[in-house]
Amino acid sequence: MMTESQPMAAPSAVMEREKRAKFRRNMFYLALIVVGLVAPFLAYPVFLMKVLCFALFACAFNLLLGYAGLLSFGHAAFLATGGYVTGYLLASYPGLTPELGIIAGTLMATLLGVLFGVLSIRRQGIYFAMVTLAIAQLVYFMFVQAPFTGGEDGLHGVPRGELFGFISLSSNLAMYYFVFAIFIFGFALIQRTVHSPFGQVLKAIRENEPRAVSLGYNADAYKLVAFVISAGLAGLAGSTKTVVFQLASLTDAHWHMSGEVILMTLLGGVGTLLGPLMGAGIVVSLQHILAQSPLGNWVSVILGIIFVFCVLSFRSGIVGELDKMYRKNFK
Amino acid sequence: MTMIFGVPLAVFMGQLTLGLVNGAFYALLSLGLAVIFGLLKIVNFAHGAQYMLGAFAALLGFRYLGINYWLALLLVPLVVGAFGVLLERFLLRRIAHLDHLYGLLLTFGLALIFEGTLVNFFGVSGARYATPEILQGGLNLGFMFLPTYRAWVLVAALAMCLFTWFMIERTRLGAYLRAGTENSQLMQAFGVNVPLLITLTYGFGVALAAFAGVLAAPLYPVSPTMGSSLLIVVFAVVVIGGMGSILGAIITGLAMGIIEGLTKVYYPEASNTVIFFVMIVVLMLRPVGLFGKEA
Repeated sequence: MMTESQPMAAPSAVMEREKRAKFRRNMFYLALIVVGLVAPFLAYPVFLMKVLCFALFACAFNLLLGYAGLLSFGHAAFLATGGYVTGYLLASYPGLTPELGIIAGTLMATLLGVLFGVLSIRRQGIYFAMVTLAIAQLVYFMFVQAPFTGGEDGLHGVPRGELFGFISLSSNLAMYYFVFAIFIFGFALIQRTVHSPFGQVLKAIRENEPRAVSLGYNADAYKLVAFVISAGLAGLAGSTKTVVFQLASLTDAHWHMSGEVILMTLLGGVGTLLGPLMGAGIVVSLQHILAQSPLGNWVSVILGIIFVFCVLSFRSGIVGELDKMYRKNFK
Repeated sequence: MTMIFGVPLAVFMGQLTLGLVNGAFYALLSLGLAVIFGLLKIVNFAHGAQYMLGAFAALLGFRYLGINYWLALLLVPLVVGAFGVLLERFLLRRIAHLDHLYGLLLTFGLALIFEGTLVNFFGVSGARYATPEILQGGLNLGFMFLPTYRAWVLVAALAMCLFTWFMIERTRLGAYLRAGTENSQLMQAFGVNVPLLITLTYGFGVALAAFAGVLAAPLYPVSPTMGSSLLIVVFAVVVIGGMGSILGAIITGLAMGIIEGLTKVYYPEASNTVIFFVMIVVLMLRPVGLFGKEA
């Protein structure tokens, strides 16, 4: 139980507590990494890779919604751009190694993020959502018509190739560890961003933009940077996904995908670091299980029902609710 | 044959009419979105699905109950509007006190449910709804052939837009609505039943979408996905025009339809993207939208 005297505690005691919390957090992450390392021996690696790709996608989306308060309804555009660019390059230039293809796809998505960001942060709230949705639809139509995307068929037979030119990714296990490393990189980047002074200002803008502006922060610049990081990481997720599944298709560019990533984040917990990972795991598993069951045709209805349920009575998401329970009982 | 910038007059006028008809739908739908947004402050993501429900209600009503087009035009908006009233009363009201983004997410979920359910029963390939006999055929205007049904849609949609404008700007109920948009708490203090007003407003907006759906049924294939792609274009139209004014929504809707129609004549490759490009230009030059008020 909190006592009145505790806030008066000596600075060293506070620091001690912070240190212990940080230690616990690090141990927790370490445990997660160990779980990630042994996971491919316990579950089907391709399934795990799918979860990791979507988890990175959802984490990137969450950086924007959870920490900058911006609801983007167009993140599918970045996922697809990363995927198509990587897929096209790897399929057309056999000498190109997969990591270079992924970097190129990520860069392209980042550039698109700058364009999207400059346009969409001119409007706020629901207008922001509508603008991002509309620009993403524009990108979708461009992919339908562009000569290099294979139109309705998509790109098939993208080679996985050899990492750095000498590690063959044709085995799912090798591929898994590569994807895992990429996920760790993306997650760490987001973790660093959120806990940096930059992340603090972002949260201040989310809570009260006029006040942050009056304190001298250029709110638009902060939002733009957050948007670009989020877009780039979404592109990284898309690029990686293309290498894993050796294809890129219009499904990734469709607005349904933008909706799915919102659902993953909402279900796991908006504004929590682990929520999107958990949300992505649940949604991907659900799709996987439902696809094999008699309910296979009802996936979109079931996702819709979860959506409505989350908004009505589960707004903190799984991780958010667990966090609340933990705080209530153990602090 | 008369040519306009290298295109035969008949083709030019034909595409212009098509564009105007599409614009009439944009106007009707963005009008409904604007009415709902004014009082509830949420963007109704289920608007496209409700438009689709209108078309389906007309189709199924005809198939199983023998309800003809004219009766459907009257009954379907009432039925689907009543359904909207239930949605507001039992779902939207529960989250009215929260950030308005939750309203968007909730209606998005509802749209997924409606669309997915109908896809399961009717597939994605559309069904045809017969044009009522009296509106079949067309008029030969000498310089072009005008299909009667398209002319009727234009007239009916504009009449409905004007009716809505009249209701909101010239009646007592409309005055309440506008006052509620400005300051609903004060309205409540004056003894106006604001929650009821909100419910009815949502119902009316949904009924407008369903009315558009019935109008569209003989024109486009009736399919569960007919609403969602249309809705994204309507969102762009709303961003271009701003949701501040009723007349603004109508004018922007029609203008975007015409621009789209003309693009089909001169540069068909861009016809399904041109409205998004217009949106981008508007965002760069006038971020609040053509008819939006400076924040």
